[in-house]
Amino acid sequence: MKTVGMPRGLFYYYYYPWYKTFFNDLGARVILSSPTTRITIDQGINKAVDETCFPIKVYFGHVQELCQYDLDYLFVPRIVSIEARSYICPKFMGVPDMIRASFSSLPPLIDITIDLSRSQRSFKEELYKTGQLFSKSRRRIKAAEEHSSQELKYCQTIAAQGYTMAEAIDIWEGQELTSTWDSDLCIGVLGHGYSLYDQTISLDIIGRLRKMGCRVVLPEVLPGERVENEAATMPKRIFWTLGRKMVGSAFSMEKMPEIDGIIYVACFGCGPDSFIGEIIERKLKGKPYMMLVIDEHTGEGGLVTRLEAFCDMLRRRRRQKIEDNLPAYG
Amino acid sequence: MKITYPHMGNACIAIEAMLQKLKLEVIPPPPISKKTLEIGVKHCPEFACMPLKITMGNFIEALDRGADTILMAGGWGPCRFGYYAQVERDILSDLGYSFEMVILEAPDSRVSELFRQLQALGQNVSIWEAFKALKFAWHKLQVVEELEKKISYVHPRALDKRKAENIYDQALREIKETQDKEEIDQLGISCLASLDQLALRAEEPLRIGLVGEIYTVLEPMANFRIICCLGRLSVEVDNSIYISDWLNDHLLGGLVKKSHRRELVKCAGPYLNYFVGGHGLETVGSTVSYAHQNYDGVIQLGPLTCMPEIVAQSVLKRVSSEEGIPCMTLYFDEHAGAAGIQTRLEAFTDMLRRKKLAKAAMY
Ligand code: SF4
Ligand code: SF4
Repeated sequence: MKTVGMPRGLFYYYYYPWYKTFFNDLGARVILSSPTTRITIDQGINKAVDETCFPIKVYFGHVQELCQYDLDYLFVPRIVSIEARSYICPKFMGVPDMIRASFSSLPPLIDITIDLSRSQRSFKEELYKTGQLFSKSRRRIKAAEEHSSQELKYCQTIAAQGYTMAEAIDIWEGQELTSTWDSDLCIGVLGHGYSLYDQTISLDIIGRLRKMGCRVVLPEVLPGERVENEAATMPKRIFWTLGRKMVGSAFSMEKMPEIDGIIYVACFGCGPDSFIGEIIERKLKGKPYMMLVIDEHTGEGGLVTRLEAFCDMLRRRRRQKIEDNLPAYG
Repeated sequence: MKITYPHMGNACIAIEAMLQKLKLEVIPPPPISKKTLEIGVKHCPEFACMPLKITMGNFIEALDRGADTILMAGGWGPCRFGYYAQVERDILSDLGYSFEMVILEAPDSRVSELFRQLQALGQNVSIWEAFKALKFAWHKLQVVEELEKKISYVHPRALDKRKAENIYDQALREIKETQDKEEIDQLGISCLASLDQLALRAEEPLRIGLVGEIYTVLEPMANFRIICCLGRLSVEVDNSIYISDWLNDHLLGGLVKKSHRRELVKCAGPYLNYFVGGHGLETVGSTVSYAHQNYDGVIQLGPLTCMPEIVAQSVLKRVSSEEGIPCMTLYFDEHAGAAGIQTRLEAFTDMLRRKKLAKAAMY
């Protein structure tokens, strides 16, 4: 059985069910790197150029881990675009080349280009080329592709119930997770999935908020169409897929009465975030907003203090509101 | 209407010429100073790339001097530049400025569209006049770039470097003020002649290729005048990017001059096989091409956090070892200091000199 190594980073958090199903259906075994640890981070820092953003460094760390195994292939796609007229980020467009330049001995790379900005055709061709590494049958490849899309949709419906994409993937894989969190506050949390849902990168911001009594609302629970419509209120279309999703989600959340405040988790050195965080901050007038910038040096203590202060502030506001609404001669 | 524009190296000479021929009143931003950067830094997102901060400083300084219209270029990603104008407009409006922002972009590189935008911008100009304005500006740019190339040859070799700098600076100032084509040509010719008369050293200087993010390469205030510093260290610098190349490739759809971009893409191929926004691909391609031409080294410039240049830098490690060309990367932000840059330049050029001597001794 052929083995395909897959780094647990970047678009793993959005597409893993798709990737895994595709390769499994074609008879390959997927070897996933372990969840991010301090070692992953250190290995990544070691391999990547200093100035690179945190998530790319972590991705490099996962590649390093996979290099120890005897793999037939390493799957590191070049994700240019996943929808019309949009991009993810310039760095995503160079990922396979950066990896080739930074590691001396690598398994053969499957570095297909995923570019749906203009048409589906070239993407299907690329998929077919990849499929052919494992199966000669065009029919089988096509069936695998369809099955993959279904599995991804299924995983997305799990996330829509309020799980993070990382949790949704675990549930999709068959794990049992409980979903009852006691909460008196409700906070919208935004950020690129690969930093937000990686518990080590984000220092488990979501878990911490839940423990502090917050229900966390993530972009994945919001209806896609509403998010797009809200984002379309910007005078110029935002051409970064994730950036547009974050802006649209922030605007949607602003209008949801149950949400007390919004947190944006940005990565230090992230190009798109430097603009998106700014846009949201300028346009969001109706709700408390906090931007957290994280990197490999962010300390737990400082982060917890900021989260607690934010929650305290939201609770005060809430009490104030209730008091203001009490009838004067109650 | 009082129009202003952002600075980028000598581009102001051409831009101003064009706007004047479109019969517009121009309020140029004052030359970029420390103050300009400070203003930009104060009002821009902290982690934005430097060109945003400096151009923002330009706009504020120009608006404060009475400009009411801003001319800016646009784009459609994948890099931040495509959203610069939007972010800048929002910040300036929030600061209480009232102004018009005209964003030039050529969707799918259609030049006709650009002409139309220029004509609409002009005060009662015909499409023919718009065309002539552009042609005149282009001509000026050609003369300026010829001088830029000449000075990069003469400066590192000249015995009296200050004199070379003065001749060149003086000529640029005069060309900027001149609106007559013949006179401009004359100024160009006489500057070239005076530079030719300077006494030069016999020894061949080191040759370094300069690559990187376009704004940082072209704007001396964004790179601590690196070309001049290297010239004073007797290093000949070949600039991989000229303003006319950028205009030709990005706004004019390759119409006015033969683009060597294709060639660079081919050179980059074995190392970086895809467009990564900005100038990332060109950075890699030019480095490979400099290696093929036996340059002594390559210096890559970019603003800190510049995404395409980070991709390129990651790849340059491999280019450097496989093609055998030493590369150095310098990033700039508001915290960079001239002294630090100077030290790194000296260390790099010393290393190149030793290498060159060792190589010469081997033969
Ligand atoms: S979007 Fe930001 S965090 Fe993601 S790869 Fe690009 S720069 Fe890094
Ligand atoms: S190429 Fe670099 S400087 Fe230009 S917009 Fe992109 S990140 Fe900023």
